[in-house]
Amino acid sequence: MYNYLEYGGSDQPNVPEQDQEKYEQFMARIEAGEKIEPDDWMPEDYRQGLIKLISMHGISEIMGALPEKEWTPKAPTMKRKLGIMAKVQDEMGHGQLLLRVAEDLMKPYGKNRENIMEDLLSGDLKFHNVFHMPTKTWADAGMVGWLVDGAAIISQTNMLDASYGPYQRALQRICQEEVFHAQHGEAIIMALAEGTEYQREILQESLNRWWPALLMFFGPSSADTTGTSKQDTMIKYRIRKSSNEELRQAFLDKYLPRVFSLGLTVPDETIHYDEEQEMWVYQQPDWNEFKQIIKNKGPRSKERLRLREVAYENNRWVREALSPEAIGQ
Amino acid sequence: MTQVTSAQEAMNDAAYLKALTDLLYQLADDDFLISFRGSEWLGLAPHIEEDVAFSSITQNTMGHALMYYRLLEDLSEGEADALAHEREPSNRRNAVYFEKKNGEGEYLTEPYYDWALAVVRNFLYESFKKVKLEALTKSSYTPLANVAGKVLMEQPYHLSHWKIWFNQLYNSTDEAKTKLQSRLEEAWQQFGDVLELGEYATELEHFDIISGEDDLKERFIQEVESTIAHIRDLSFGKAFGSGREGDHTPDLDQALNTLAEVYRSDEKAVW
Repeated sequence: MYNYLEYGGSDQPNVPEQDQEKYEQFMARIEAGEKIEPDDWMPEDYRQGLIKLISMHGISEIMGALPEKEWTPKAPTMKRKLGIMAKVQDEMGHGQLLLRVAEDLMKPYGKNRENIMEDLLSGDLKFHNVFHMPTKTWADAGMVGWLVDGAAIISQTNMLDASYGPYQRALQRICQEEVFHAQHGEAIIMALAEGTEYQREILQESLNRWWPALLMFFGPSSADTTGTSKQDTMIKYRIRKSSNEELRQAFLDKYLPRVFSLGLTVPDETIHYDEEQEMWVYQQPDWNEFKQIIKNKGPRSKERLRLREVAYENNRWVREALSPEAIGQ
Repeated sequence: MTQVTSAQEAMNDAAYLKALTDLLYQLADDDFLISFRGSEWLGLAPHIEEDVAFSSITQNTMGHALMYYRLLEDLSEGEADALAHEREPSNRRNAVYFEKKNGEGEYLTEPYYDWALAVVRNFLYESFKKVKLEALTKSSYTPLANVAGKVLMEQPYHLSHWKIWFNQLYNSTDEAKTKLQSRLEEAWQQFGDVLELGEYATELEHFDIISGEDDLKERFIQEVESTIAHIRDLSFGKAFGSGREGDHTPDLDQALNTLAEVYRSDEKAVW
């Protein structure tokens, strides 16, 4: 579900002179709205930017299953148990779709999914900031579906026309499923909002806790905040259309009225809509904390990675038993 | 025995109702516990494709449990959610083997879950479930026969999924084979009550609600024989008693405490 554009890397395409003509053809194609396919020529920084974006997106889907998984066996009714299982399964499915897209792009470097998993465990591959956060109550299961997936829908619909064909096609399906997830989350939230005092309490507490992470969701508004930013490159290459800040504003536009109409508040007394600037003015989250979080120094980073590591090591014998050598192929 | 076509009709015959209710609890609780154990595996399966497939099976199985709890609801046993979340361990009718933890550790911390146990248990479970469902399609209780028919539309895919896993691992490395074998030996020591029908076994057969224990066991052996040789010569033990009669282990307490944690957190709440 999840991707912001990370800081880091150069904005200047490094195109060798002999490829200048190919580069111009490539740009002409994407500017004409054509889709690039895995075997087509593409500039190196396009390929690398996509690998980074899509492998992070894919692995975030998989790591994103873990916070909700914490509440899946505990879901309070049969209906909720069924709903959240289906939802988490979808996320794993998105992870699979996306890692396959990333694997194709990585082929020229001789890398595969095993490398993606190893990069995750070594800390070289980041996963989305929201999945480093703890889930403390059932309300968090609703919050992840409602606002985290709600944010994801906004950032992903922004890429529904991405120039890279396999990613663009995967996103069509992912976005359709995310709409169901947001509805699933909203249904949990509504039940809590209309419920007992205890239910309303855990709901508000959850929103307070998630608020900074939700603002961080879309990434820093410019390179000034955290160093450099790749958003301009991705816009130039027609992967995405809007900037991080535009997406965050779209999120606030869509969800703040809903938050207030449920009688909930956000932990920011200064937040308001500025009619002149035509945008929400809000207290910035702590972007230094954001940098720490995505360096795997968030509140639950270690524990979530540890779960993957245990699963990876614990199932090594299964992978070995399924290897072509073992089954005599 | 003539067909009993509705809950109302079943409730007119006290002896029939007692036997039917007990069987429905067995069916519901088996699926519920197996599905709960499956939901603990979420995100931890050997690869992503398996995570998606296993989770899909787990969801279906939870759906089957719900169908049985609803049949109980129709028989005025209480609401499905209350039946699933509130009943005391001693009232649960699942076989003990299905409540067994997935391995060492907990699903949230250091889950050293054992894929060999998952494969063996699910393969044996789905094999027996198929046999039982086929018998239930001829049940004298029409609503149950209808549910069995519906479940059978998807359940054979579950069985074939686990059969493929079993065969692949069993015919692969020595390590994989050894792990499966040791989990199989463990299963046989605990599988006895899976094959039982509990306190009302005689009535269940007499009322044609389901065929008898011997017939089910024979069909189970035939079903599994093509995958595991010499199963006919085995004796099936009941190392931890019979779940059909309310015997259970601390593993069931762990399961119930987890799956009902939120449900119990506010008794007045609608979730």
